[in-house]
Amino acid sequence: MTPDSGNLDLTQKEIKEPLLSPKPKAESNWQIFSKGIILENPVLILMLGLCPVLATSTTVRDAAGMSAAVLFVLLMSNIVVSLLRKIIPSQVRIPVFIVIIATFVTIADYVLQAYTPDLYSVLGIFVPLIVVNCIILGRAEGFAYHNGVGRSILDGLGKAIGFALAIILMGSIREIIGKGTWFGMSVSPSWFRSNAVLFFGLPPGAFLVIGLLKACINKIFKREG
Amino acid sequence: MNTPLLAILFGAIFVNNIVLMRFLGLCPFFGVSTRLSTAIGMSSAVLFVMTFATWITWGVYHLVLVPGSVILGGILPQGLVFLRTVSFILVIASLVQLVEMFLKKFVPVLYSALGIYLPLITTNCAILGVAFLVIDNKFGFLQGTIFAIGTALGFGLVMVLFAAIRERLELAPISKSFRGYPIAFIAAALVSIAFFGFVNMFGISP
Repeated sequence: MTPDSGNLDLTQKEIKEPLLSPKPKAESNWQIFSKGIILENPVLILMLGLCPVLATSTTVRDAAGMSAAVLFVLLMSNIVVSLLRKIIPSQVRIPVFIVIIATFVTIADYVLQAYTPDLYSVLGIFVPLIVVNCIILGRAEGFAYHNGVGRSILDGLGKAIGFALAIILMGSIREIIGKGTWFGMSVSPSWFRSNAVLFFGLPPGAFLVIGLLKACINKIFKREG
Repeated sequence: MNTPLLAILFGAIFVNNIVLMRFLGLCPFFGVSTRLSTAIGMSSAVLFVMTFATWITWGVYHLVLVPGSVILGGILPQGLVFLRTVSFILVIASLVQLVEMFLKKFVPVLYSALGIYLPLITTNCAILGVAFLVIDNKFGFLQGTIFAIGTALGFGLVMVLFAAIRERLELAPISKSFRGYPIAFIAAALVSIAFFGFVNMFGISP
């Protein structure tokens, strides 16, 4: 890359004053943990990592499987990045983060493939694609690289629970209306199950549900956009 | 797999549209589709990088990683398939940097048109997704190329369609909580329903 390209300027600026610099006095441990669940929910508020949320929320089981994989990768990458933060040179930190994340994604990929083949066949390429999920790289860069292990674990847990909450909420809505079941258990009368609204299990239903959810959240939090 | 090339092309553009059916590349889809000009710029950059990335990742997988491969087969007969995710993401990230440098030096016209979209593409899950899909579908080199071009064309088609819708949405009287993302999602749902019309056309199923 040549010195005058925009990307490098950004990198140098970030080295001097990290965009999301740690504020240890302002935030208690509880705040770090709880922020990711509602107020800075990575999916429903910040709109990050949408691809797996829409693709793997057809049923609650798929959503839970995806959440578990993301929880594992986010937690482990936060821990490792945080432990190595004094060793990783800041010029090459992004490639290093990507290799660390890709390592845990590969582990998650093989574990799911070995122990839950049914789930793996549904999740398909979205398990290896966790590697480009911007939530995980964003936490490595924005939090774990500047904070200790304990705080990074709390941050990773909070953000992963926020992600799980959003995707399981989507999965619940889509499975209950689209199939009349929840986690495979029947929750509706049989006449509904035999006439369930298939639309919600299909791709257009995913777009519709997340659009309406986001509108409700904007209404509740008095936000726009 | 001996799927006809035309079926792969049609399937990649319409039936299994990367954005509306496979849910890949949603970030640029919602982020850059607000203007027709940016939508076209992003789609061209994706077409360019997706084709190159598919060639290179196909090469890396079939010449280096598979068991008994040409390059490493003699030393490591069991192969290195477990390095697929790591190697692909690194190859794509370096490729994007390389393309950026090359364009800047030799084709400044193209660089000024696509330059700002290239860094965004590294984290575009559609590029990596197509690289994985080509491997998972056991496509050959030519089939993989057609699949990548078709997927990128499908992405471009939806981007352009959607940019036109969003330029109109900006003028529409929309209630406050629906402005921005929510109405874009609902518009995407309607476009996605339209694309359902292509399912099973010419016997190509999702």
